[in-house]
Amino acid sequence: MEFFERFAIPHPSPAIYASMVAIALTMVAIVAGLTYFKKWGYLWREWLTTVDHKRIGIMYLISALLMLFRGGADAIMLRAQLAVPENKLLDAQHYNEIFTTHGIVMILFMAMPFIIALMNFVVPLQIGARDVAFPRLNALSFWLFFMGAMLLNISFVVGGSPDAGWTSYFPLAGTEFSESVGSNYYMIAIQIAGIGTLMTGVNFLTTILRMRAPGMTLMKMPMFTWSVLVTNVIIVFAFPVLTVLLAMGTFDRLFATHFFTTTNGGMDMLWANLFWVWGHPEVYILILPAFGVYSEVISTFARRNLYGYKSMVASMVLISLLSFLVWTHHFFTMGQGALTNSIFSITTMAIAVPTGVKIFNWLLTLWKGKIEITTPMLYSLLFIPLFTIGGVTGVMLGMSAADYQYHNTMFLVAHFHMVIIPGVVFAMLAGLTYWWPKMFGFMLNERIGKWTAWIIGISTLVAFMPMFFSGLDGQARRMYTYSESTGYGPLNMISFIGAVGLAVGFVLIAYNVYYSVRYSPRNISADPWDARSLEWATHSPVPEYNFAIVPQVDSSEAFWDAKKKGHELFKGEYEKIHMPNNSGVPFLMSCIFFVWGFSLVFSMWIPAIAATIGILACMAHRSFEKDHGRYISVEEVEETESKLRGAS
Amino acid sequence: MSELFPRKQVMGFVFSMVLTAVALLVYFLDMSFTAGMTVLLITAFVQAGLQLVVFMHAGETDDKGSIYTNIFYGVVIALVTVFGTLLILVWDM
Ligand code: HEM
Ligand SMILES: [Cu+2]
Repeated sequence: MEFFERFAIPHPSPAIYASMVAIALTMVAIVAGLTYFKKWGYLWREWLTTVDHKRIGIMYLISALLMLFRGGADAIMLRAQLAVPENKLLDAQHYNEIFTTHGIVMILFMAMPFIIALMNFVVPLQIGARDVAFPRLNALSFWLFFMGAMLLNISFVVGGSPDAGWTSYFPLAGTEFSESVGSNYYMIAIQIAGIGTLMTGVNFLTTILRMRAPGMTLMKMPMFTWSVLVTNVIIVFAFPVLTVLLAMGTFDRLFATHFFTTTNGGMDMLWANLFWVWGHPEVYILILPAFGVYSEVISTFARRNLYGYKSMVASMVLISLLSFLVWTHHFFTMGQGALTNSIFSITTMAIAVPTGVKIFNWLLTLWKGKIEITTPMLYSLLFIPLFTIGGVTGVMLGMSAADYQYHNTMFLVAHFHMVIIPGVVFAMLAGLTYWWPKMFGFMLNERIGKWTAWIIGISTLVAFMPMFFSGLDGQARRMYTYSESTGYGPLNMISFIGAVGLAVGFVLIAYNVYYSVRYSPRNISADPWDARSLEWATHSPVPEYNFAIVPQVDSSEAFWDAKKKGHELFKGEYEKIHMPNNSGVPFLMSCIFFVWGFSLVFSMWIPAIAATIGILACMAHRSFEKDHGRYISVEEVEETESKLRGAS
Repeated sequence: MSELFPRKQVMGFVFSMVLTAVALLVYFLDMSFTAGMTVLLITAFVQAGLQLVVFMHAGETDDKGSIYTNIFYGVVIALVTVFGTLLILVWDM
C-alpha cells in the first residue's frame, strides 16, 4: 500500500475525482470501440507505424486540437474564478496548478504541434519532395512529443500537477518550496517533448536545404517554406538550451544538486536567465510560421504575388537573429543594472522594425489586390489590427523603466495573449481551413467558418482588452482572487464573457468539422482556392508519393505560372518511386520513454534504469538494421494516378 | 596501399589524445585557477574544431558553405548568450 501512496493527489477535490472517472471511462470506451470495430490492425498499420509526413502531420493536428480543448477548459476555469471578487470556485492551490498547466499545454502542446502539423503536411509538398529527409526520425519526433504531452496531462490525476507557473522559476520550483512531484512532471514531460521538437528542427532544416525540386533555389521558395526554414534554424539553436536547462532542473529536484538553489553556490536567477534564453526565441518559433501562413493566404486571396518577397525574407532572417538578443526583457526587474536593461530595451524595440516591415508588406499586397473574403482570409484580415495592439504594447513593455510598472500585471498577460491569439492561433485556424481540402479532400463549411472567425475575433478583444486596464490599475497576474474594494470586478467579468465567447468559437470549429464531414461535397478540384504554390498541383487527398513526377520549378509561384503562363511543371515519364518503409520502433521507443519519464517523476529507479536500457536497445537496433525502403512500381503509379484523376 | 591508409584520421586521433592528456594535466598539476582555465578553454576549442573537421568531415562535401555558416551562426549565438549572461548575472549586478 505504501508504494501506491506516492501516486495520490496531494490536494484533491471533487472535480479531480470526477476527471479521474471520466478519463478511465474514455479509455475503456476507446479500447472497447477499437476492439468492437476491429480497428486495432488498421490503427497499427496506417497510423502508429507510419512514417508518411502527411499522416504524421494529421496526427500532430489531432493532438493539437485535443490540447486546445484541454487548455481551453483550464482557461475557462481561471476566468470563471476571477469573474467576481472573492470567488470560492477554486482555491489558491488549484488556481496555481491550472494556470501552470494552461500555459504549458497551450504553448508547448497546442501551439507547437499545430505549427509542426502544418509544417509536416505542407512543406514537403511545397518544395516538391516525396517526404522529409529523415522520415523515421519524423515519426520519432511525433511520438516523443505525444508521450511528453500525455505524461504532463496525467499529472493532475496521478501525483499532482506542477504549480510554479509555466516559467517554473526557482527557488519556487525547487524541492524546498514545491514538495509534490508536480515540478518533476514539468521537467521530464517537457524534456521528452522538447527532444522531439529538436529532432523536428534538424529534420526540416535538412529537408528544406537538400530536397527542393529542381529549379527551386532558396529565393524561389514559397514564403511559408521560408518561414519554416527560419523557424527551424531558431529551433536548432534555442532548444538545446531548454534541454540543458531542464536537465539541470531535474538534477536539482531528483539528485539534490545546487544549480538553482539559493545556498551552496547555487544561483536561482540562472534559471530565469536560461529559461528566457530559450523562451524568447520560442515565441518567435511560434510567430514566424504563422507569418508564413498569412503570407500564403493573403497573396492567394488578394490574387496578387506577395509584395516585397526579398524584404519578407530579410526581415525573417533578421528576426531570427534579434530573437536571440532580447531575452533579458522578461526580467528587467530582477536587479541587474541600468546599462544591461538599456541594451536589452534597445534590442527589443529593434525587433518591432522587421515585424513592421512584414505588416506593411501584407498591407501593400492587399492594396490594389482583388480581395476575396474567405474564412482563411478573414482570419488574416482580423489578425492585422489585433496583432498590432499586441505588438505595440510589447514595445511599451520593452522600455525597461516603464516595465517596472507593467511587469507581472494583467497588462503583460493581455500583451502576450494579444500577440499569441491573433498571431498564432488565428494563423493556425486560417491554415487549417486553407489546407483542409488538401488534407481530407473536402472543404470546411465557409458560412460556419466565417461566423467562427468573427466570434473568435470579437471575443479575443472582449476577453483581453479589459486586462490592459485592470493591469494598469495594478491587478497582478497569477493571483487567485481579489477584494471587491479594488474595483477590478467589472473588468474581470467582461473578460470572462469574452472567454466564454472564445469557448463558443472553439466549439463551433468542432461543429464545423462534424458538419462538413457529413454534408460537404467530395467532388472538389485539387485546387479549390485557385492558389499559387506546388501543394495544389497534386491531387487531393494527396497520394503517398506526393507527386507522380517531380515538378520543375522556375519561380516562387510555380503552380500559378503553370496555370496562367503555360509553364510546364511535370516533364517526363513515370518512373518507379523510392519510398521509406513503415516502422513500429519510433512508437515503441516513445512508449519506453513514457515509462522512463514516469519512473523518474516518482524516483522509481529500477524501472527507470530498465527503461533507459530499453531506449538504448532501440537505438542500437536502428544502427544495425538494414532497411533500404521499397519501390512503388510504374504500373502502381499509373493505376493510382488514373484513379485520382477520375476523383478530382 | 599508402593512399588507402587513413593518415589524416590517425594523426587526428593521436592529436586529440594529446589534447586530452594536456587537459588532464590541469587536474594532476598544481596550477593557478586562471592558468588551469586557460589550458582547459584552449584545449576544448581546439579539440572541438579537430573533431568537426577530421571526424565529422565538415568541409569535405559541396554543402560546406551551409555547414560553416551554421557553425559560425552557432558560435555567434553561443558567445552572445555566454557574455550576455555574464553581463546580466555578474558584471552588472
Ligand atoms: C513587437 C514585438 C514584441 C515585443 C517588443 C515584445 C515585448 C515583450 C516584453 C518586454 C515582455 C516582458 C514583459 C514583462 O514581463 O513585464 C513580453 C512578454 C511576453 N511576450 Fe512579447 N513582445 C513582442 C512580441 C511577442 C510575440 C510575437 C509573442 C508570441 C507569439 C510574444 C509572447 C510573449 C509572452 C508569452 C510573454 C510573457 C511570458 C511570461 O512572462 O509568462 N511577444 N513581451
Ligand atoms: Cu520576449
